[in-house]
Amino acid sequence: MLRPRVFPSLLLKGQGLAKGINFKNHRYIGDPMNAVKIFNDKEVDEMLFLDITATCEKRKPSIELIEKIADECFMPFSVGGGIDSIEDIRAILSAGAEKISINTAAVKNPSLIREAADIFGSQSIIVSIDVKKSWRGKYQVATHSGTKKTSLNPVEWAVEAESLGAGEICLNSIDNDGTMTGYDLELVKAVSEAVNAPVIACGGAGSVQDLHDVIHKAGASAAVAGSFFVFHGARRGVLINFPSREELDYIYKG
Amino acid sequence: MIAIVDYGMGNLRSIQYKLNKFNVDAIVSSDPKEIEKADKLILPGVGHFGKGMENLKKKGLVEILRKKVIEDKAPVMGICLGVQLFTKHSEEGDAEGLGWIDAYVKKFDFSKENNNFRVPHVGWNKVKIAKKLKCWPDFSDDKRFYFTHSYYIECNDKEDVGGVSHYGHDFVSIIEKNNIFGTQFHPEKSHRDGFGLLMRFAEATC
Repeated sequence: MLRPRVFPSLLLKGQGLAKGINFKNHRYIGDPMNAVKIFNDKEVDEMLFLDITATCEKRKPSIELIEKIADECFMPFSVGGGIDSIEDIRAILSAGAEKISINTAAVKNPSLIREAADIFGSQSIIVSIDVKKSWRGKYQVATHSGTKKTSLNPVEWAVEAESLGAGEICLNSIDNDGTMTGYDLELVKAVSEAVNAPVIACGGAGSVQDLHDVIHKAGASAAVAGSFFVFHGARRGVLINFPSREELDYIYKG
Repeated sequence: MIAIVDYGMGNLRSIQYKLNKFNVDAIVSSDPKEIEKADKLILPGVGHFGKGMENLKKKGLVEILRKKVIEDKAPVMGICLGVQLFTKHSEEGDAEGLGWIDAYVKKFDFSKENNNFRVPHVGWNKVKIAKKLKCWPDFSDDKRFYFTHSYYIECNDKEDVGGVSHYGHDFVSIIEKNNIFGTQFHPEKSHRDGFGLLMRFAEATC
């Protein structure tokens, strides 16, 4: 049986690394290449890079940076942010990324998923879904780095994205993002029960137990963390870290 | 010199960079003349099988690859889609392959089974060795490699199977037939174990 994956999600703001809370108040936390080197040494399963200001600034992720990452990385990595065409996808995959993640563009133009999967194969297409709870407690899909609400229901959207050819669904809880209080297990469970594609869970990890629970209680194929792997201590000092072998064994086993 | 064959199917540069970093002479090329001069070939690739064959034909690479691999017996390593192209046929795009290996490419299908196997098979998995590999005779089963694919290879001749992995059922994850070698997983993305395999292929004198 394939074992679950555990890996960092690193947010890019242009050339720098950043991290915020609830998709807001991002602060600069360092140089991405430095983080790549450290995660390489720790032999993490993979890495996810999301350029969080690309869509709103109508930019694409930096190809030059992706090439640099690919040269250093001895592991697969995915790139997202501002991608809205086959040309963008081709440029990023040729630069050395294993997978691309589309979010806003997939909502605007769902046929892009099908087109991209036909050309590049489903395994390289992640559809990323940012989810926010409304004041009524209803889950809603948001786009443009969480700034625009849609009427889409995340479970239905995930099912549709998969049927169009998404190889993986990356699910991000805006409400839990950066809080380190645990994943939204209810949300992850609802989506992973509805789709057959692997679900990558993001948003809220703050402990080894959280990583364990999102896999074994909510059915995620991958547990992803941002803050938990880059901050240390109550004052959130920047210190890149990753669970030890023993902790990983616990996360994998269930 | 190793030629990494460029036929427009995904990332090649990082393989070259990593080999170069460890002083292996490797180039990325789609030029038959350059490929002709190479001692060894690497055929990487991610994506759609039908599209991959189409690109090989469009770029006029099928004949030079056949000459190098079948006539000259130059060692060749296929990676992911690359190794699948060595086979006779794939369900992906219902396309004929290069036909060097008596094998077929099928889609993982667990839809009729009540289990948790999701498609594509993405992630780290182990390889159970089926025979002593020429480039890595003391290969052990504890290594882990990165996979990402929806289709898998089934060999008609068990002699061609270098290693198998398990996902719902066993599937071929390493092919080895004389000078033809290939992995369904991505050695260039598999940390120490994968890079060890790539370097052993690069340095092997066989």
